[in-house]
Amino acid sequence: MPTVAPIDLDDHCLAAAFLDDVPVFALASGQVVRLDHGTQHHDLHDGLLATAVSWDGKSLVTGGEDGKVMRLDADGTETTLRAPARKWVSAVAAGPQGAVAFADGRTATVLLSDGTERSFEEARTIEGLAFAPKGLRLAMARYNGVSLVFVQGSAPALDFEWKGAHNQVTFSPDGRFLVTAMQENALHGWKLDGKPGGEQRHMRMTGYPAKIKSLSWSNKGKWLASSGASSAIVWPFSGKDGPMGKAPLELGQRADTMVTCVACHPAEDLVAIGFGDGMVLAVRIADSKEALLRRPGKGPVTAMAWNRPGRLLAFGSQAGDCGVVDIAG
Amino acid sequence: MSEAPVSSPVAPIPVTVLTGYLGAGKTTLLNRILSEPHGKRYAVIVNEFGEIGIDNDLIVESDEEIYEMNNGCVCCTVRGDLIRVVEGLMRRPGRFDAIIVETTGLADPVPVAQTFFMDDDVRAKTRLDAVVALVDARHLPARLKDSREAEDQIAFADVVILNKTDLVSPEELEAVERTVRAINPSARIHRTERAAVALDAVLDRGAFDLSRALENDPHFLDHDHPDHACGPDCDHDHHHHDHAHDHHGHGHDHHDHAAPSDIHDLTIQSVSLRAGPVNPQRFFPWIEKITQLEGPNILRLKGIIAFEGDDDRYVIQGVHMIVEGDHQRPWKEGEKRESRIVFIGRDLDREKLERTFLACQA
Repeated sequence: MPTVAPIDLDDHCLAAAFLDDVPVFALASGQVVRLDHGTQHHDLHDGLLATAVSWDGKSLVTGGEDGKVMRLDADGTETTLRAPARKWVSAVAAGPQGAVAFADGRTATVLLSDGTERSFEEARTIEGLAFAPKGLRLAMARYNGVSLVFVQGSAPALDFEWKGAHNQVTFSPDGRFLVTAMQENALHGWKLDGKPGGEQRHMRMTGYPAKIKSLSWSNKGKWLASSGASSAIVWPFSGKDGPMGKAPLELGQRADTMVTCVACHPAEDLVAIGFGDGMVLAVRIADSKEALLRRPGKGPVTAMAWNRPGRLLAFGSQAGDCGVVDIAG
Repeated sequence: MSEAPVSSPVAPIPVTVLTGYLGAGKTTLLNRILSEPHGKRYAVIVNEFGEIGIDNDLIVESDEEIYEMNNGCVCCTVRGDLIRVVEGLMRRPGRFDAIIVETTGLADPVPVAQTFFMDDDVRAKTRLDAVVALVDARHLPARLKDSREAEDQIAFADVVILNKTDLVSPEELEAVERTVRAINPSARIHRTERAAVALDAVLDRGAFDLSRALENDPHFLDHDHPDHACGPDCDHDHHHHDHAHDHHGHGHDHHDHAAPSDIHDLTIQSVSLRAGPVNPQRFFPWIEKITQLEGPNILRLKGIIAFEGDDDRYVIQGVHMIVEGDHQRPWKEGEKRESRIVFIGRDLDREKLERTFLACQA
């Protein structure tokens, strides 16, 4: 039986993560809470807006209303990566070799671990950022598509165009697909492994009743799970053409509430699904078998993360009732 | 010990939109709102920090981002930056009581307003209170000649602050007010110097709240009634309003205007219609069809509708293709049960609107 260790933080939880094996909860106020031999509080920002976990899993990168970019390490070390500034930092991403990217308005800035800094200007506001799994490439979601830039060198940016506002961007773990969440209730995808110079291959994933706030790739990128409906919508990406011409799985269907957050297990084909009433289910992709991880709480689930071995699940909600589930009990 | 309710309904935060050309007095008004001792806290979304001299840590700078929605409708636009900023602000409620959006001088007010109707997250947590346009009384005639935005801002407003009245003669002021009235017959107009308007004339107006919208203006569309008695704060010029407005659509000028009103520079027109009680089975398909077909040309519409055999007033309001309606309150004793509707927009076919509206009568 799964057991839940609750922690009430009384603030909108924006992100949950494990740094090494330390659960952390990032709150809208700008405080990050670390459960490491008691509750450790870190006031990183006046207003937190965006977070990303470093690729080595040892630190959390954050951006805030105060224009700052901060890094919090598993041991509690706080580092200021960018001093306070006037504009909100509304997107951050972590990349290879400790690279960090952040966006404020129409500018994205990449900070490399050797201290190099490089900025990229877009014509429209950058809403989402993601580093490609291979090579030092950064995708920037914006109005009417995504710009993909090489952080080093002078190769021109690649533009992936699709009409509409793109709010979030993510690469499949194998780097074959680029997917965005849009202002309309839809995902849009591009196939990246086509012939160079060939026609862009699009994937339209529509039919959601609400905006998609949460996306999670399964282990090795076979599936992409998403929120925005009364069940978790899970698209198959194992085929050559991704989900084109295929129907998604609908897991954990509920009648009276919506899926607000999804997190795929790091090893198994299993999805943790968080709902608008605070309930969390674990659902196996192969047979849709469900297990209750957490009963409904005070607010919609807004954040979830597995630890590396996949035994612990940290979750947070809009109302601040957070916790850690041990699925082995 | 009792548990907190699972999801306590939080009252939506009111949002006031301030529009107006550069130099019309937006910053002056904003500084007054932020500094007067009214006990309310405001979050302010601006495009540039500019000259706001008030120390307020809730001033957010954002780049105006107009997003067209992918639904095949050209007029379905929202402000992407507002969606993001409002979402961020609303994650930390309790810091402020209301939001003010200050737009740039050239901003189109429509995407700003539509954001509060078309984005589900924004709509769930906020409510558009009113659109306030500041107008520089001295420079309006020139503005109207060289820009469409100045006209749009007036046409779209619920409240027009006719500012800098000390810089024009009484005759010029009359002419400017007539022009404003010709563009927008349903807005509240306030004449001010240095944007010195009572803040309750600007804030918490409920102009988009169906239960309050037209209640704020008990004489909605009554300004052409000869027997309409104005309250002390009503400074409308009834006679001029009526004929200036009527003649705009026809392009004639047989009347003696006291001053050149520049009304022939206008591209916005309004169509005010009246009818007796209407049949809901005819009215709803009609308003749906009109807004579907003419939506791109309709900036605002407002109406009070009397349905046959219905003891409650029905109020509707719309922006382009978005229309909302609801029963408001019972008709009062002695209140004339008639249906009144005003369309403000461009290229409106007055004859067709009138004919088809009258055909809805019971």
